[in-house]
Amino acid sequence: MMGRIQFPSTGGRGTDMEDKVIEVNFGPQHPSTHGVLRIKVKLDGEIIVDAQPVIGYLHRNAEKLAEMGAYPKGMIYIDRLDYVAALNMELGYVLAVENLMDVQVPERALWIRQMMVELNREASHLIWLGTHGLDMGMLTPFFYCFRERERILRIFDEITGSRLLYNYFAIGGVYSDITPKAIDMIKEWTEDFGTKLEEIQSILGKSYIYVSRTKGVGTLSAEDVLSYGVTGPMQRASGIKRDLRKDSPYLFYDKVNFDVPYRTEGDVYARFLVRIEEMRQSIKIVKQVLEKLPQGDFYNKKYSKPMLVRLKATGESYVPTESPKGEFGIHLIGDGSSIPYRVRIRSPSFANLSSIPTMLKGYKIADLTAAVSSIDPVFGEVDR
Amino acid sequence: MSDSILVTSLDEALKWGTGKSLWPFTFGLACCAIEMMSAMGSDYDWARFGSDVFRDSPRHSDLMIVSGTVTKKMAPRIRRLYDQMAFPKFVISMGACASAGGPYVRGYSVVDGVDQVVPVDVYVYGCPPRPEALIQALKMLQDRIVAGRVKH
Repeated sequence: MMGRIQFPSTGGRGTDMEDKVIEVNFGPQHPSTHGVLRIKVKLDGEIIVDAQPVIGYLHRNAEKLAEMGAYPKGMIYIDRLDYVAALNMELGYVLAVENLMDVQVPERALWIRQMMVELNREASHLIWLGTHGLDMGMLTPFFYCFRERERILRIFDEITGSRLLYNYFAIGGVYSDITPKAIDMIKEWTEDFGTKLEEIQSILGKSYIYVSRTKGVGTLSAEDVLSYGVTGPMQRASGIKRDLRKDSPYLFYDKVNFDVPYRTEGDVYARFLVRIEEMRQSIKIVKQVLEKLPQGDFYNKKYSKPMLVRLKATGESYVPTESPKGEFGIHLIGDGSSIPYRVRIRSPSFANLSSIPTMLKGYKIADLTAAVSSIDPVFGEVDR
Repeated sequence: MSDSILVTSLDEALKWGTGKSLWPFTFGLACCAIEMMSAMGSDYDWARFGSDVFRDSPRHSDLMIVSGTVTKKMAPRIRRLYDQMAFPKFVISMGACASAGGPYVRGYSVVDGVDQVVPVDVYVYGCPPRPEALIQALKMLQDRIVAGRVKH
Protein backbone atom coordinates (compact mmCIF):
# COMPACT_ATOMS: atom_id res chain seq x y z
CA MET A 1 0.00 0.00 0.00
CA MET A 2 2.41 2.63 -1.17
CA GLY A 3 -0.16 5.02 -2.54
CA ARG A 4 0.52 7.75 -5.01
CA ILE A 5 4.06 9.10 -5.23
CA GLN A 6 4.35 12.77 -6.09
CA PHE A 7 6.25 13.40 -9.30
CA PRO A 8 9.00 14.52 -9.64
CA SER A 9 10.50 12.20 -7.09
CA THR A 10 14.14 11.29 -7.09
CA GLY A 11 13.31 7.63 -6.68
CA GLY A 12 16.62 7.29 -4.84
CA ARG A 13 18.55 7.59 -8.08
CA GLY A 14 19.75 11.19 -8.27
CA THR A 15 17.95 14.15 -9.78
CA ASP A 16 18.74 13.69 -13.48
CA MET A 17 15.51 11.89 -14.17
CA GLU A 18 14.47 12.62 -17.73
CA ASP A 19 17.20 10.38 -19.14
CA LYS A 20 16.00 7.40 -17.17
CA VAL A 21 12.35 7.47 -18.23
CA ILE A 22 11.53 4.49 -20.42
CA GLU A 23 8.42 3.91 -22.48
CA VAL A 24 6.60 0.59 -22.23
CA ASN A 25 3.69 -0.66 -24.32
CA PHE A 26 0.79 -2.29 -22.53
CA GLY A 27 -1.40 -4.11 -24.99
CA PRO A 28 -3.21 -4.24 -27.39
CA GLN A 29 -2.92 -7.94 -26.59
CA HIS A 30 -2.70 -8.42 -22.85
CA PRO A 31 -4.87 -10.64 -20.65
CA SER A 32 -5.97 -7.75 -18.45
CA THR A 33 -6.80 -5.08 -21.00
CA HIS A 34 -10.37 -6.39 -21.21
CA GLY A 35 -10.22 -6.33 -24.95
CA VAL A 36 -7.89 -4.38 -27.15
CA LEU A 37 -6.71 -1.39 -25.15
CA ARG A 38 -3.17 -0.15 -25.62
CA ILE A 39 -1.55 2.09 -23.03
CA LYS A 40 1.75 3.84 -23.65
CA VAL A 41 3.30 3.94 -20.19
CA LYS A 42 6.29 6.11 -19.31
CA LEU A 43 8.18 4.62 -16.39
CA ASP A 44 10.75 5.97 -14.00
CA GLY A 45 11.99 2.80 -12.40
CA GLU A 46 8.68 1.19 -11.59
CA ILE A 47 6.77 4.42 -11.01
CA ILE A 48 4.36 5.51 -13.73
CA VAL A 49 5.24 9.01 -14.90
CA ASP A 50 2.71 9.17 -17.72
CA ALA A 51 0.14 6.84 -19.26
CA GLN A 52 -1.66 7.54 -22.51
CA PRO A 53 -4.41 5.20 -23.71
CA VAL A 54 -4.47 4.40 -27.43
CA ILE A 55 -7.86 3.27 -28.67
CA GLY A 56 -9.42 2.37 -32.01
CA TYR A 57 -8.43 -1.29 -32.33
CA LEU A 58 -12.09 -2.28 -32.39
CA HIS A 59 -13.47 0.65 -34.38
CA ARG A 60 -16.23 -0.91 -36.47
CA ASN A 61 -18.38 2.04 -37.56
CA ALA A 62 -21.42 1.30 -35.41
CA GLU A 63 -22.72 4.86 -35.76
CA LYS A 64 -22.39 4.99 -39.55
CA LEU A 65 -23.83 1.52 -40.11
CA ALA A 66 -26.81 2.36 -37.89
CA GLU A 67 -27.44 5.35 -40.18
CA MET A 68 -27.61 3.07 -43.23
CA GLY A 69 -30.80 1.19 -42.39
CA ALA A 70 -34.29 1.74 -41.03
CA TYR A 71 -34.76 2.56 -37.34
CA PRO A 72 -35.24 -1.02 -36.04
CA LYS A 73 -32.31 -2.24 -38.13
CA GLY A 74 -29.89 -0.06 -36.19
CA MET A 75 -30.58 -2.22 -33.17
CA ILE A 76 -28.08 -4.94 -34.09
CA TYR A 77 -25.20 -2.47 -34.01
CA ILE A 78 -26.44 -0.94 -30.76
CA ASP A 79 -26.63 -4.46 -29.29
CA ARG A 80 -22.96 -4.99 -30.01
CA LEU A 81 -21.74 -1.79 -28.35
CA ASP A 82 -21.52 -2.96 -24.77
CA TYR A 83 -21.83 -6.64 -25.49
CA VAL A 84 -21.86 -7.73 -21.85
CA ALA A 85 -24.94 -5.57 -21.18
CA ALA A 86 -26.70 -5.65 -24.54
CA LEU A 87 -30.17 -5.03 -23.14
CA ASN A 88 -29.04 -1.80 -21.47
CA MET A 89 -27.77 -0.59 -24.83
CA GLU A 90 -31.02 -1.58 -26.54
CA LEU A 91 -32.98 0.31 -23.92
CA GLY A 92 -31.14 3.54 -24.67
CA TYR A 93 -31.84 3.22 -28.38
CA VAL A 94 -35.43 2.13 -28.03
CA LEU A 95 -36.25 4.97 -25.63
CA ALA A 96 -34.63 7.50 -27.97
CA VAL A 97 -36.60 6.19 -30.97
CA GLU A 98 -39.87 6.12 -29.04
CA ASN A 99 -39.25 9.64 -27.78
CA LEU A 100 -38.60 10.77 -31.36
CA MET A 101 -41.75 9.15 -32.78
CA ASP A 102 -44.05 9.61 -29.74
CA VAL A 103 -44.73 5.89 -29.52
CA GLN A 104 -46.94 4.75 -26.63
CA VAL A 105 -45.69 1.62 -24.87
CA PRO A 106 -47.96 -0.67 -22.80
CA GLU A 107 -47.21 -0.77 -19.08
CA ARG A 108 -46.39 -4.47 -19.03
CA ALA A 109 -43.69 -3.97 -21.65
CA LEU A 110 -42.09 -1.19 -19.62
CA TRP A 111 -42.01 -3.36 -16.49
CA ILE A 112 -40.54 -6.26 -18.46
CA ARG A 113 -37.89 -3.94 -19.84
CA GLN A 114 -37.00 -2.70 -16.39
CA MET A 115 -36.60 -6.23 -15.05
CA MET A 116 -34.53 -7.44 -18.01
CA VAL A 117 -32.26 -4.42 -17.79
CA GLU A 118 -31.59 -5.03 -14.11
CA LEU A 119 -30.89 -8.72 -14.75
CA ASN A 120 -28.42 -7.72 -17.45
CA ARG A 121 -26.79 -5.24 -15.08
CA GLU A 122 -26.15 -8.18 -12.75
CA ALA A 123 -24.68 -10.23 -15.58
CA SER A 124 -22.42 -7.35 -16.58
CA HIS A 125 -21.19 -6.74 -13.04
CA LEU A 126 -20.58 -10.48 -12.60
CA ILE A 127 -18.33 -10.50 -15.68
CA TRP A 128 -16.53 -7.49 -14.28
CA LEU A 129 -16.08 -9.14 -10.89
CA GLY A 130 -14.76 -12.36 -12.41
CA THR A 131 -12.28 -10.71 -14.74
CA HIS A 132 -11.25 -8.21 -12.08
CA GLY A 133 -10.39 -11.19 -9.89
CA LEU A 134 -8.33 -12.67 -12.75
CA ASP A 135 -6.45 -9.40 -13.10
CA MET A 136 -5.62 -9.45 -9.41
CA GLY A 137 -4.27 -12.98 -9.77
CA MET A 138 -7.26 -14.86 -8.38
CA LEU A 139 -8.83 -17.59 -10.45
CA THR A 140 -11.62 -18.67 -8.08
CA PRO A 141 -13.96 -15.65 -8.36
CA PHE A 142 -13.99 -16.12 -12.13
CA PHE A 143 -15.58 -19.55 -11.86
CA TYR A 144 -18.00 -18.50 -9.12
CA CYS A 145 -19.10 -15.45 -11.12
CA PHE A 146 -19.53 -17.37 -14.34
CA ARG A 147 -21.57 -20.03 -12.59
CA GLU A 148 -23.98 -17.35 -11.37
CA ARG A 149 -23.94 -15.53 -14.70
CA GLU A 150 -24.92 -18.68 -16.57
CA ARG A 151 -28.09 -18.85 -14.47
CA ILE A 152 -29.05 -15.35 -15.62
CA LEU A 153 -28.20 -16.26 -19.22
CA ARG A 154 -30.47 -19.30 -19.01
CA ILE A 155 -33.31 -16.95 -18.02
CA PHE A 156 -32.49 -14.75 -21.03
CA ASP A 157 -32.31 -17.83 -23.25
CA GLU A 158 -35.79 -18.83 -22.09
CA ILE A 159 -37.29 -15.37 -22.70
CA THR A 160 -35.42 -13.97 -25.71
CA GLY A 161 -33.96 -17.04 -27.35
CA SER A 162 -30.30 -16.05 -27.21
CA ARG A 163 -27.51 -15.88 -24.70
CA LEU A 164 -25.48 -12.75 -25.29
CA LEU A 165 -26.93 -10.43 -27.93
CA TYR A 166 -30.69 -10.36 -27.79
CA ASN A 167 -32.39 -7.84 -30.11
CA TYR A 168 -35.31 -8.14 -27.72
CA PHE A 169 -36.63 -4.61 -27.23
CA ALA A 170 -38.82 -3.54 -30.12
CA ILE A 171 -40.15 -0.09 -30.91
CA GLY A 172 -43.43 -0.07 -28.98
CA GLY A 173 -42.73 -2.94 -26.61
CA VAL A 174 -40.76 -6.16 -26.50
CA TYR A 175 -40.63 -8.99 -29.01
CA SER A 176 -41.92 -11.78 -26.79
CA ASP A 177 -43.77 -12.10 -23.53
CA ILE A 178 -42.34 -13.58 -20.35
CA THR A 179 -43.25 -17.23 -19.95
CA PRO A 180 -44.42 -18.71 -16.60
CA LYS A 181 -41.33 -20.92 -16.65
CA ALA A 182 -39.13 -17.83 -16.90
CA ILE A 183 -40.93 -16.22 -13.97
CA ASP A 184 -40.24 -19.32 -11.87
CA MET A 185 -36.59 -19.22 -12.89
CA ILE A 186 -36.30 -15.54 -11.96
CA LYS A 187 -38.01 -16.13 -8.60
CA GLU A 188 -35.65 -18.97 -7.80
CA TRP A 189 -32.72 -16.80 -8.80
CA THR A 190 -33.76 -13.82 -6.66
CA GLU A 191 -34.15 -16.07 -3.63
CA ASP A 192 -30.61 -17.38 -3.44
CA PHE A 193 -28.47 -15.00 -5.45
CA GLY A 194 -28.00 -12.78 -2.40
CA THR A 195 -26.19 -15.50 -0.45
CA LYS A 196 -24.08 -16.43 -3.49
CA LEU A 197 -23.09 -12.78 -3.78
CA GLU A 198 -21.98 -12.75 -0.14
CA GLU A 199 -19.81 -15.76 -0.90
CA ILE A 200 -18.22 -14.14 -3.95
CA GLN A 201 -17.66 -10.89 -2.09
CA SER A 202 -15.98 -12.67 0.80
CA ILE A 203 -13.48 -14.39 -1.53
CA LEU A 204 -12.14 -11.02 -2.66
CA GLY A 205 -13.05 -8.69 0.20
CA LYS A 206 -11.61 -10.92 2.91
CA SER A 207 -8.39 -11.56 1.04
CA TYR A 208 -5.52 -9.54 2.51
CA ILE A 209 -3.72 -9.54 -0.85
CA TYR A 210 -6.72 -8.19 -2.73
CA VAL A 211 -7.48 -5.47 -0.20
CA SER A 212 -3.90 -4.29 0.05
CA ARG A 213 -3.55 -4.19 -3.74
CA THR A 214 -6.70 -2.12 -4.20
CA LYS A 215 -7.03 0.20 -1.20
CA GLY A 216 -5.63 3.63 -1.99
CA VAL A 217 -4.84 2.62 -5.59
CA GLY A 218 -6.05 4.45 -8.68
CA THR A 219 -7.76 7.24 -6.78
CA LEU A 220 -9.84 9.82 -8.57
CA SER A 221 -11.07 12.89 -6.70
CA ALA A 222 -14.56 14.29 -7.17
CA GLU A 223 -13.08 17.17 -9.20
CA ASP A 224 -11.28 14.75 -11.54
CA VAL A 225 -14.48 12.79 -12.00
CA LEU A 226 -16.44 15.89 -12.96
CA SER A 227 -13.77 17.27 -15.28
CA TYR A 228 -13.45 14.01 -17.24
CA GLY A 229 -17.18 13.31 -17.41
CA VAL A 230 -16.73 10.02 -15.61
CA THR A 231 -20.10 8.43 -14.78
CA GLY A 232 -21.54 5.29 -13.29
CA PRO A 233 -20.04 3.27 -10.43
CA MET A 234 -16.70 5.06 -10.85
CA GLN A 235 -18.35 8.40 -10.22
CA ARG A 236 -20.29 7.09 -7.25
CA ALA A 237 -17.14 5.60 -5.76
CA SER A 238 -15.60 9.09 -5.79
CA GLY A 239 -18.30 10.63 -3.65
CA ILE A 240 -20.75 11.98 -6.22
CA LYS A 241 -24.16 10.46 -5.68
CA ARG A 242 -25.58 10.63 -9.16
CA ASP A 243 -27.69 7.84 -10.63
CA LEU A 244 -29.97 8.58 -13.56
CA ARG A 245 -32.42 5.96 -12.34
CA LYS A 246 -33.02 8.16 -9.29
CA ASP A 247 -32.25 11.64 -10.63
CA SER A 248 -34.24 11.57 -13.87
CA PRO A 249 -36.30 8.38 -13.68
CA TYR A 250 -37.19 6.61 -16.90
CA LEU A 251 -39.35 3.45 -17.16
CA PHE A 252 -40.81 2.86 -13.67
CA TYR A 253 -37.73 3.47 -11.54
CA ASP A 254 -39.68 6.04 -9.52
CA LYS A 255 -42.15 3.32 -8.46
CA VAL A 256 -39.61 0.92 -6.96
CA ASN A 257 -37.55 1.25 -3.79
CA PHE A 258 -33.80 1.08 -4.09
CA ASP A 259 -30.78 2.91 -2.74
CA VAL A 260 -27.92 4.46 -4.64
CA PRO A 261 -24.71 3.14 -3.08
CA TYR A 262 -21.80 5.54 -2.94
CA ARG A 263 -18.40 5.83 -1.32
CA THR A 264 -16.04 8.74 -0.90
CA GLU A 265 -12.62 7.08 -1.16
CA GLY A 266 -12.49 7.00 -4.96
CA ASP A 267 -10.06 4.07 -5.13
CA VAL A 268 -10.32 0.63 -6.72
CA TYR A 269 -11.64 -0.93 -3.52
CA ALA A 270 -14.42 1.66 -3.30
CA ARG A 271 -15.47 0.82 -6.88
CA PHE A 272 -15.55 -2.86 -5.95
CA LEU A 273 -17.82 -2.13 -2.97
CA VAL A 274 -20.09 0.16 -4.98
CA ARG A 275 -20.58 -2.43 -7.72
CA ILE A 276 -21.29 -5.22 -5.23
CA GLU A 277 -23.87 -3.04 -3.48
CA GLU A 278 -25.42 -2.13 -6.84
CA MET A 279 -25.92 -5.81 -7.52
CA ARG A 280 -27.78 -6.15 -4.21
CA GLN A 281 -30.01 -3.23 -5.15
CA SER A 282 -30.70 -4.82 -8.54
CA ILE A 283 -32.01 -7.97 -6.85
CA LYS A 284 -34.36 -5.73 -4.85
CA ILE A 285 -35.60 -4.06 -8.04
CA VAL A 286 -36.18 -7.40 -9.81
CA LYS A 287 -38.16 -8.69 -6.81
CA GLN A 288 -40.37 -5.60 -6.82
CA VAL A 289 -40.94 -5.79 -10.57
CA LEU A 290 -42.11 -9.39 -10.23
CA GLU A 291 -44.66 -8.27 -7.62
CA LYS A 292 -45.92 -5.35 -9.66
CA LEU A 293 -45.89 -6.89 -13.16
CA PRO A 294 -49.34 -6.07 -14.61
CA GLN A 295 -51.28 -8.15 -17.11
CA GLY A 296 -51.82 -6.87 -20.62
CA ASP A 297 -50.13 -6.47 -23.98
CA PHE A 298 -46.40 -6.75 -24.28
CA TYR A 299 -46.26 -4.54 -27.38
CA ASN A 300 -48.29 -1.74 -28.88
CA LYS A 301 -50.70 -3.33 -31.39
CA LYS A 302 -50.51 -0.20 -33.57
CA TYR A 303 -46.89 -0.99 -34.37
CA SER A 304 -46.94 -4.45 -35.87
CA LYS A 305 -43.57 -5.97 -36.61
CA PRO A 306 -43.52 -5.73 -40.44
CA MET A 307 -44.35 -2.03 -40.43
CA LEU A 308 -41.58 -1.07 -38.01
CA VAL A 309 -39.09 -0.62 -40.85
CA ARG A 310 -41.39 1.92 -42.50
CA LEU A 311 -41.63 4.24 -39.49
CA LYS A 312 -40.64 7.82 -40.36
CA ALA A 313 -39.50 10.52 -37.96
CA THR A 314 -38.50 14.17 -37.86
CA GLY A 315 -36.69 16.00 -35.10
CA GLU A 316 -34.14 15.26 -32.44
CA SER A 317 -34.14 13.20 -29.27
CA TYR A 318 -31.66 12.27 -26.58
CA VAL A 319 -32.58 9.99 -23.69
CA PRO A 320 -29.86 9.35 -21.09
CA THR A 321 -30.02 6.01 -19.30
CA GLU A 322 -27.95 4.43 -16.56
CA SER A 323 -26.05 1.52 -18.07
CA PRO A 324 -23.79 -0.65 -15.88
CA LYS A 325 -20.83 1.48 -16.97
CA GLY A 326 -22.42 4.91 -16.59
CA GLU A 327 -24.53 7.39 -18.50
CA PHE A 328 -25.43 5.92 -21.87
CA GLY A 329 -27.46 7.90 -24.32
CA ILE A 330 -28.28 7.99 -28.00
CA HIS A 331 -28.79 11.25 -29.82
CA LEU A 332 -31.04 10.66 -32.80
CA ILE A 333 -31.79 13.10 -35.59
CA GLY A 334 -34.56 12.22 -38.03
CA ASP A 335 -34.93 13.99 -41.37
CA GLY A 336 -38.43 12.79 -42.24
CA SER A 337 -37.36 9.56 -43.92
CA SER A 338 -37.40 6.06 -42.49
CA ILE A 339 -33.61 6.09 -42.06
CA PRO A 340 -32.07 8.07 -39.16
CA TYR A 341 -30.01 11.06 -40.27
CA ARG A 342 -27.64 10.82 -37.32
CA VAL A 343 -27.09 8.28 -34.56
CA ARG A 344 -24.69 9.72 -32.02
CA ILE A 345 -23.64 7.44 -29.20
CA ARG A 346 -22.66 8.80 -25.81
CA SER A 347 -20.71 5.88 -24.42
CA PRO A 348 -19.74 5.86 -20.75
CA SER A 349 -16.64 3.68 -21.10
CA PHE A 350 -15.03 6.19 -23.47
CA ALA A 351 -15.31 9.01 -20.96
CA ASN A 352 -14.29 6.75 -18.07
CA LEU A 353 -11.23 5.58 -19.98
CA SER A 354 -10.05 9.15 -20.54
CA SER A 355 -9.30 9.40 -16.82
CA ILE A 356 -6.45 6.85 -17.15
CA PRO A 357 -3.57 9.41 -17.16
CA THR A 358 -4.78 11.06 -13.95
CA MET A 359 -5.65 7.76 -12.33
CA LEU A 360 -2.28 6.10 -12.93
CA LYS A 361 0.25 8.91 -12.52
CA GLY A 362 2.51 8.28 -9.52
CA TYR A 363 1.56 4.66 -8.90
CA LYS A 364 3.63 1.55 -9.41
CA ILE A 365 3.45 -0.42 -12.65
CA ALA A 366 1.91 -3.32 -10.68
CA ASP A 367 -1.09 -1.14 -9.83
CA LEU A 368 -1.86 -0.58 -13.51
CA THR A 369 -3.95 -3.71 -14.09
CA ALA A 370 -5.96 -3.11 -10.91
CA ALA A 371 -6.75 0.45 -11.91
CA VAL A 372 -7.55 -0.31 -15.56
CA SER A 373 -9.84 -3.23 -14.74
CA SER A 374 -11.68 -1.13 -12.15
CA ILE A 375 -12.86 1.11 -15.00
CA ASP A 376 -14.66 -1.90 -16.51
CA PRO A 377 -14.07 -0.79 -20.09
CA VAL A 378 -15.79 -2.61 -22.94
CA PHE A 379 -14.21 -1.86 -26.25
CA GLY A 380 -17.20 -2.33 -28.45
CA GLU A 381 -18.46 0.76 -26.71
CA VAL A 382 -15.22 2.74 -26.45
CA ASP A 383 -14.24 2.41 -30.12
CA ARG A 384 -17.79 1.97 -31.42
CA MET B 1 -3.65 -53.02 -19.65
CA SER B 2 -0.49 -54.44 -18.09
CA ASP B 3 -0.53 -57.48 -20.37
CA SER B 4 -1.40 -55.71 -23.60
CA ILE B 5 0.93 -54.22 -26.19
CA LEU B 6 0.27 -50.92 -27.94
CA VAL B 7 1.74 -50.72 -31.41
CA THR B 8 2.04 -47.26 -32.95
CA SER B 9 4.45 -45.14 -34.93
CA LEU B 10 6.12 -42.12 -33.38
CA ASP B 11 4.32 -39.90 -35.88
CA GLU B 12 0.90 -41.18 -34.87
CA ALA B 13 1.71 -40.78 -31.17
CA LEU B 14 2.87 -37.20 -31.79
CA LYS B 15 -0.32 -36.32 -33.66
CA TRP B 16 -2.45 -37.80 -30.92
CA GLY B 17 -0.52 -35.91 -28.26
CA THR B 18 -0.70 -32.61 -30.12
CA GLY B 19 -4.44 -32.92 -30.59
CA LYS B 20 -5.15 -33.75 -26.98
CA SER B 21 -3.01 -31.05 -25.39
CA LEU B 22 -3.86 -27.83 -27.19
CA TRP B 23 -3.02 -24.73 -25.20
CA PRO B 24 -5.25 -21.87 -26.28
CA PHE B 25 -4.10 -18.28 -26.34
CA THR B 26 -5.93 -15.76 -24.11
CA PHE B 27 -6.79 -13.39 -26.88
CA GLY B 28 -10.18 -11.72 -26.97
CA LEU B 29 -11.22 -9.17 -29.55
CA ALA B 30 -14.92 -8.46 -29.13
CA CYS B 31 -18.29 -9.97 -28.23
CA CYS B 32 -17.27 -13.57 -29.05
CA ALA B 33 -14.54 -13.36 -26.39
CA ILE B 34 -17.26 -13.35 -23.75
CA GLU B 35 -18.69 -16.60 -25.14
CA MET B 36 -15.15 -17.98 -25.29
CA MET B 37 -14.84 -17.16 -21.59
CA SER B 38 -18.18 -18.89 -20.99
CA ALA B 39 -16.84 -21.95 -22.79
CA MET B 40 -13.85 -22.10 -20.46
CA GLY B 41 -16.01 -21.14 -17.45
CA SER B 42 -18.00 -23.21 -15.03
CA ASP B 43 -20.92 -24.60 -17.01
CA TYR B 44 -19.21 -25.60 -20.24
CA ASP B 45 -15.72 -26.31 -18.88
CA TRP B 46 -13.84 -27.14 -22.02
CA ALA B 47 -10.93 -28.43 -19.95
CA ARG B 48 -12.79 -31.73 -20.31
CA PHE B 49 -11.46 -31.93 -23.87
CA GLY B 50 -7.80 -31.59 -23.02
CA SER B 51 -7.45 -27.94 -23.77
CA ASP B 52 -7.55 -26.26 -20.41
CA VAL B 53 -4.37 -24.23 -20.00
CA PHE B 54 -5.13 -20.76 -21.32
CA ARG B 55 -1.80 -19.06 -21.89
CA ASP B 56 -1.22 -15.32 -21.83
CA SER B 57 1.81 -15.34 -24.09
CA PRO B 58 1.72 -16.34 -27.77
CA ARG B 59 5.02 -18.13 -27.28
CA HIS B 60 3.43 -20.65 -24.92
CA SER B 61 0.31 -21.44 -26.90
CA ASP B 62 -0.69 -23.67 -29.81
CA LEU B 63 -4.20 -22.48 -30.59
CA MET B 64 -5.34 -18.99 -31.46
CA ILE B 65 -9.06 -18.34 -31.24
CA VAL B 66 -9.81 -15.18 -33.20
CA SER B 67 -12.91 -14.10 -31.31
CA GLY B 68 -14.36 -10.94 -32.72
CA THR B 69 -14.24 -8.31 -35.43
CA VAL B 70 -10.85 -7.90 -37.09
CA THR B 71 -10.23 -4.24 -37.88
CA LYS B 72 -7.62 -2.86 -40.21
CA LYS B 73 -5.78 -1.43 -37.21
CA MET B 74 -5.73 -4.78 -35.39
CA ALA B 75 -4.95 -7.04 -38.39
CA PRO B 76 -1.14 -6.43 -38.42
CA ARG B 77 -1.05 -7.13 -34.69
CA ILE B 78 -2.90 -10.43 -35.18
CA ARG B 79 -0.38 -11.46 -37.84
CA ARG B 80 2.46 -10.53 -35.50
CA LEU B 81 0.98 -12.54 -32.65
CA TYR B 82 0.50 -15.49 -34.99
CA ASP B 83 4.12 -15.25 -36.10
CA GLN B 84 5.26 -15.27 -32.48
CA MET B 85 3.52 -18.58 -31.80
CA ALA B 86 5.70 -21.67 -32.01
CA PHE B 87 4.93 -24.58 -34.37
CA PRO B 88 2.64 -26.50 -34.48
CA LYS B 89 0.00 -23.79 -34.38
CA PHE B 90 -3.69 -23.71 -35.23
CA VAL B 91 -6.33 -21.03 -35.69
CA ILE B 92 -10.07 -21.14 -34.99
CA SER B 93 -12.04 -18.28 -36.49
CA MET B 94 -14.89 -17.74 -34.07
CA GLY B 95 -18.07 -16.04 -35.16
CA ALA B 96 -19.41 -14.26 -38.22
CA CYS B 97 -17.12 -11.24 -37.86
CA ALA B 98 -13.84 -13.14 -37.79
CA SER B 99 -14.99 -15.51 -40.54
CA ALA B 100 -16.40 -13.02 -43.03
CA GLY B 101 -16.89 -9.55 -41.52
CA GLY B 102 -20.30 -10.37 -40.10
CA PRO B 103 -22.73 -7.47 -39.65
CA TYR B 104 -19.84 -5.01 -40.01
CA VAL B 105 -18.82 -6.17 -43.48
CA ARG B 106 -19.92 -2.85 -45.00
CA GLY B 107 -17.77 -0.83 -42.62
CA TYR B 108 -14.71 1.01 -43.91
CA SER B 109 -12.39 -0.17 -41.14
CA VAL B 110 -13.26 -3.86 -40.99
CA VAL B 111 -11.30 -6.73 -42.57
CA ASP B 112 -13.81 -9.15 -44.06
CA GLY B 113 -12.42 -12.36 -42.67
CA VAL B 114 -9.34 -13.13 -40.61
CA ASP B 115 -8.29 -15.65 -43.28
CA GLN B 116 -6.82 -12.72 -45.19
CA VAL B 117 -4.32 -12.33 -42.37
CA VAL B 118 -3.65 -15.80 -40.93
CA PRO B 119 -4.44 -19.33 -42.19
CA VAL B 120 -7.60 -20.64 -40.52
CA ASP B 121 -8.27 -24.29 -39.65
CA VAL B 122 -11.86 -24.20 -38.41
CA TYR B 123 -14.59 -21.61 -38.92
CA VAL B 124 -17.44 -21.30 -36.42
CA TYR B 125 -20.63 -19.57 -37.48
CA GLY B 126 -22.99 -17.62 -35.26
CA CYS B 127 -23.15 -14.09 -33.93
CA PRO B 128 -21.96 -14.93 -31.35
CA PRO B 129 -21.62 -18.74 -31.52
CA ARG B 130 -22.83 -20.55 -28.45
CA PRO B 131 -20.15 -22.19 -26.29
CA GLU B 132 -21.32 -25.58 -27.55
CA ALA B 133 -20.42 -24.50 -31.10
CA LEU B 134 -16.94 -23.50 -30.00
CA ILE B 135 -16.48 -26.83 -28.23
CA GLN B 136 -17.58 -28.60 -31.42
CA ALA B 137 -14.99 -26.60 -33.34
CA LEU B 138 -12.33 -27.69 -30.87
CA LYS B 139 -13.34 -31.32 -31.25
CA MET B 140 -13.28 -30.94 -35.03
CA LEU B 141 -9.79 -29.45 -34.90
CA GLN B 142 -8.58 -32.25 -32.63
CA ASP B 143 -9.94 -34.87 -35.02
CA ARG B 144 -8.19 -33.19 -37.92
CA ILE B 145 -4.89 -32.99 -36.07
CA VAL B 146 -5.07 -36.69 -35.21
CA ALA B 147 -5.91 -37.49 -38.85
CA GLY B 148 -3.11 -35.22 -40.10
CA ARG B 149 -5.37 -32.88 -42.06
CA VAL B 150 -4.27 -29.41 -40.87
CA LYS B 151 -2.59 -26.45 -42.55
CA HIS B 152 0.10 -24.44 -40.84
